[in-house]
Amino acid sequence: MHIVDGALAPEVLIGGGVLAVAGLGLGLRKLPIDKIPATGVLSATFFVASLIHVPVGPSSVHLIMSGLAGLVLGWTAFPALFVGLLLQAIFFGFGGLTVLGVNTVNIAFPAVIAGFVFRSMVSRRNPVAAAVWGGLAGASSIALTTLFVAVSLMLSGDAFAPAAKLVFFAHIPIMIVEGLISAAAVYLIVKVKPELLMPEDHVAGFELSASAVNTKQASEVNNG
Amino acid sequence: MSHLFGHDQPLSVQGSGSPAVSFVGSFDPRVRVVAAGLFAIMVVSLHQIEFALGAFVLAIGTVFLTDLPLRLTLKRMAAMDGFIIVMLVMLPFTTPGTPMFSVFGADASQEGLHHAILIGIRANAVVLMMLSLLSGLTPVALGHTLYRLRCPAALVHLMMFTVRYISVLHDEYHRLRMAMKLRGFKARNTIHTYRSFGYLFGMLLVRSLERAERVLEAMKCRGFSGHFPMIDQLMFRPRDGVLAVAFFLLVTILVLMDRVYVFAY
Repeated sequence: MHIVDGALAPEVLIGGGVLAVAGLGLGLRKLPIDKIPATGVLSATFFVASLIHVPVGPSSVHLIMSGLAGLVLGWTAFPALFVGLLLQAIFFGFGGLTVLGVNTVNIAFPAVIAGFVFRSMVSRRNPVAAAVWGGLAGASSIALTTLFVAVSLMLSGDAFAPAAKLVFFAHIPIMIVEGLISAAAVYLIVKVKPELLMPEDHVAGFELSASAVNTKQASEVNNG
Repeated sequence: MSHLFGHDQPLSVQGSGSPAVSFVGSFDPRVRVVAAGLFAIMVVSLHQIEFALGAFVLAIGTVFLTDLPLRLTLKRMAAMDGFIIVMLVMLPFTTPGTPMFSVFGADASQEGLHHAILIGIRANAVVLMMLSLLSGLTPVALGHTLYRLRCPAALVHLMMFTVRYISVLHDEYHRLRMAMKLRGFKARNTIHTYRSFGYLFGMLLVRSLERAERVLEAMKCRGFSGHFPMIDQLMFRPRDGVLAVAFFLLVTILVLMDRVYVFAY
């Protein structure tokens, strides 16, 4: 999934860089100061996801979980995933410096899109329905990412077309596995901590009703 | 891999804690970061194999001026080559041009082979130069350096938090994984495995968010106002200037020669 330095045409690199800067700018605008710690911790979680290896057939792949990142973080998934890619590029040598923009766009934009499309479906109370939509979000963000990778390869020259097709078909099992794992993760989150997947106003309402229940119960105990 | 992001990192940037600093490590990190970026951009724009090889030799030379463990560096490069090998092998067969040889009826063209070799050399040169120029730079030091290079503060802070919590969450992951192992979990190609990994990652997310809430409260307690004091002083000395100018000239000459001079085959 990582494209390396030296493969893409300069136009694609520059285009990817510009798009990445635009996305970063937008994402950072939606990131108030007191959200930075939480976003940083979640960004670290998604970095750790890339260190978790899951068996697929005879081989194993590492998790990406970009769909979940989009669901949980929204636009701020862009800077969060960028940070992870930057650290991987610099300290592990995965991907490269000049393709950082393209790689960020390829992974973070699908995450943001999946987040926007599926968030309202996932933030329902019914865990099974939420899990199905969450799984779709996880699978579709990987599908979009491979599509973006294929497009950026094909824009760099027709000779890459077969390689681009190969990339797409080789990732179909990964889409399925990511979808299944995302679905299970969403199922657990909806049961354990639903406010993680809810938009801000829902969280406020949820906390309000929870505190109302708490005070009611407290007064009941006192009276009893 | 997460050893890089351990808790006990030195907080200073210009190695006051570590006694032995390599030749490359003794320069100002700002110059090194900018040089790595410049080298990447310039090498990607090289068109001729001879000059790309020159850049590769330059990168190898730089490795010997650092204290990078050679085997580990080669292993990282091999990992990166593993990513691209399929594409490189396919390229000669998919590029139209003068046929050279054929395998199973598919013609390999000279132009395609040329292109594949070029990509391979460029990719390896960039990675090698980056690993050696940024060797000895901890993630924290990188954050400080980027801040000094006027990257957006929010982005740098986000990166510092990420770096700080990667090791913590990796430990958390190992704890959860150990608990699964104790209950007899074994990763296989089954729905059960994927469901368990999903629960594992979901639990990791839930715990990390709860941790983030505690972290924010603790930071507010200590008066966090959205700004970290950067407690180090980077010094730009004359020798840093010399390195910057020399490196810039070297890379520019390489690119200019690549454009002007054509090898006669």
